[in-house]
Amino acid sequence: MSAAIKVPPMLSANPRLDRWVKFNDDRTATVFTGRVELGQGIITALTQIAAEELDLTFEQVRIVDADTELTPDEGHTSGSRSISEGGSAMRSACAEVRAVLLAEAARRLDIPADRLVVEEGRITGADRIRETTYWNLPHAELLDRAATGQVPPKPVARYTVVGRSARRLDIPDKLTGRPRFVADMKLPGMLHGRVARPPSFGAKLVSIDEAAIRAMPGVVAVVRDGDFLGVVAEREEQAVKARKAMIAGSRWTEQPIPTDAADIYRFIETRDTTDTVIVERRDEAALARAAKTFESRYAKPYVAHASLGPSCALATFDPGRIEVWTHSQGVYPLQRELAEVFGLPVPSVVAHHVDGPGCYGHNGADDAALDAVLLARAVPGRPVMLQWMRDDEFAWEPLGPAMVVKTRAAVDAAGNIVDWSLDLWSNGHTQRPGVVVTTEPSVSLLAAWHLEKPVPRIPQGDPAMSGGGGMARNAEVIYALPNQKVVAHRVEELPLRASTLRALGAYANVFAGESFIDELAEACGADPVEYRLRHMQNPRARAVIELAAQKAGWVSNEKSDGTKGRGIAFAQYKNGYGYIAIVAEVVLEPEFRVMRMVAAVDVGLAINPDGILNQTEGGILQALSWTLKEQVQFDRERILSRDWETYPVLTFSEVPKVEVHLIDRRDEEPLGAGETPTGPTAAAVANALAHALGVRVRELPLTRERIIAALERT
Amino acid sequence: MSLPEPTRFTVNGTAHSVPAEPDTPLLYVLRNDLDLKGAKFGCGLGQCGACTVLLDGHAVNACDTPLWAVAGKQVTTVEGLAAGGTMSRLQQAFLDEQAVQCGYCISGMLMSATALLERTPDPTLDQIKEAMDRNLCRCGTQARILRAIQRAAGQGASA
Ligand code: FES
Ligand code: FES
Repeated sequence: MSAAIKVPPMLSANPRLDRWVKFNDDRTATVFTGRVELGQGIITALTQIAAEELDLTFEQVRIVDADTELTPDEGHTSGSRSISEGGSAMRSACAEVRAVLLAEAARRLDIPADRLVVEEGRITGADRIRETTYWNLPHAELLDRAATGQVPPKPVARYTVVGRSARRLDIPDKLTGRPRFVADMKLPGMLHGRVARPPSFGAKLVSIDEAAIRAMPGVVAVVRDGDFLGVVAEREEQAVKARKAMIAGSRWTEQPIPTDAADIYRFIETRDTTDTVIVERRDEAALARAAKTFESRYAKPYVAHASLGPSCALATFDPGRIEVWTHSQGVYPLQRELAEVFGLPVPSVVAHHVDGPGCYGHNGADDAALDAVLLARAVPGRPVMLQWMRDDEFAWEPLGPAMVVKTRAAVDAAGNIVDWSLDLWSNGHTQRPGVVVTTEPSVSLLAAWHLEKPVPRIPQGDPAMSGGGGMARNAEVIYALPNQKVVAHRVEELPLRASTLRALGAYANVFAGESFIDELAEACGADPVEYRLRHMQNPRARAVIELAAQKAGWVSNEKSDGTKGRGIAFAQYKNGYGYIAIVAEVVLEPEFRVMRMVAAVDVGLAINPDGILNQTEGGILQALSWTLKEQVQFDRERILSRDWETYPVLTFSEVPKVEVHLIDRRDEEPLGAGETPTGPTAAAVANALAHALGVRVRELPLTRERIIAALERT
Repeated sequence: MSLPEPTRFTVNGTAHSVPAEPDTPLLYVLRNDLDLKGAKFGCGLGQCGACTVLLDGHAVNACDTPLWAVAGKQVTTVEGLAAGGTMSRLQQAFLDEQAVQCGYCISGMLMSATALLERTPDPTLDQIKEAMDRNLCRCGTQARILRAIQRAAGQGASA
């Protein structure tokens, strides 16, 4: 017997086979995933995987995503882990389902299982005479068992569905306006809710004229519970008007914020910190060759998720039972937190995932779910649709925290790097449940902290390095350097609410590391591509750098004429996931603009190649928006970025040409793609700007004001 | 309480009469009274384009168009683009380019682009960008959206 196969963790956690696959009477199968569609195309890729292993066509497989009544518990859909973790569990479960059914077919047809062929669910022997189908077998009974995880999946060489571009399943509805999002749902008797949040983070409610709000047209209930305020009305516009009146008619005492947007970097650099050495590699002999040293400091502001649609949820409350429809990234963790807030047993809370506006990390989705339930509690038996207003989203969603990164390096006489260190300052990057364990109950849900009887806030945490890390994600570089030291300085004092945002610390760390290596190359008179390759041994990393440079038409040691520039940057996401190199081309005349972004990507086996391209293009453009424009403004009282004018983002006229080239590695494990381009985009653009300008901007975003300031300093 | 005087207007070729306050944003009337969920609430401030619909052929933000302003007029929403269940050329181009990520912005994109191609059937890339400039997308789908619009205009993709 061959060595035991490693069971995918999500399958061990959810071992029952019928929790993963069911066969339907119309010659289809339904598969169940605890992962959620976030606009990244995951349900399509998982459908491909299931069809492949079950030997069904793509069209024969239906998929249900995260639902506490129906699907496996896979925690949160985040960190680009869906394909590696969710995909491997789906693959293994489906392979076993096929094997279990084939064993029964073999018995009935009296043909050894390894001689059977499955096509579109039809099971035949070589003679094509004896045949049965999945649907003719007692599949429900056969799948009523625990998975062993020991059935080897299909060899990649035999793939016919995986590895080919599939059209995303959700797109036709989204193009024709069919209801698809939480906000589009409608239940009989449904009412509309809005919340009236405090004016700033620590504000306490002094007074509100509830009677005046109650008298407004259509108002069904006014909810006040501690510092939580909300309203339920018959019609949506009535709820919106009542909310406006609540905000105007309420009085609060506010607490100052200890810093502001202009002061934030000084603030985080001067707090008490908890320091962790992420990596320390020493080679004294190499150090002795140091001829010249360099230092730089980079900074990144608070960045907002700012989904195009504000957070939203639909809820019903009956005594002893809560049901919510949510665009949460994790319906099971949400279920447990809601049960905690309302003092109910966990099974009394049911949470269904429904698509929401694009999700790039821990945003307001879970908070909105609690808000909707608090409003529904005031009107038992009637469903309440709650959506945040635009300013609720900007002022209350957890932001991607500000960071400062300092780098130091030494090179030898030939310009080779002999010493490299990076120090970073940041708050922890997560406030999700399950990261920090507290003895007393605590939750991540905003409104819970404001209630008369509050459930306290989960302490700020930072994802462990074993899972790729949070603040220190990609702080270590994978260049072959004899000396490298990385220290993460974690700031405990939290000026603004913060949690996971796409790529977490990797955005700032890669921006810093990949800017700095360019600075070294320049100081040593080396070409940035050649300099990177000189220090890189990993062949897959080299391949993406070489391909991006080639596709972009990179000219070695090209001098800028002062109006144009190009820059390159590289990263392997989490130093263990997808590889990417990006070349940016910019112009300075008539104003600073990014003209073209050329990327080369290697994510191992690409389940849905067009899906990878779509996500990579999207990741580049989103990161470009952060890099060129985004910074959450706040003063010592409040968040000042509250709409699209006070928080401008990339517009069509600023969109460059984007080209993504995929390196097909069918025999390598499939890796997530969504977050790979984030950091390299920032660095590639900053490097191109420095190439054109002759001076470097080390603080994001790369605005006109910062460019002028950098020019004035020289 | 008596119902407000109904407002009469046409949506996707069908006449409607909706008894809502005249200052009600058209967006809520479309979504809640007429169950046309295609147009989305994004900001309610006329800044993002998620709620874009056509009013007598012109792209407008339904979130800041009051009901009284559409009395007697023709409104077209994304649900009205697929005549007889066949996707419009533009919708088909979005499908072919897979120009969607989360899709929350997409019906607004389709409406702004429909208005553009109606006016300017063979737009330059700069004209497309200008026409789409008030439609935001947070997922970074713009490059694909530009290619889809060019494809619908019968141009080889060169965005
Ligand atoms: S929702 Fe109307 S413009 Fe944003
Ligand atoms: S596709 Fe998500 S906002 Fe455009």
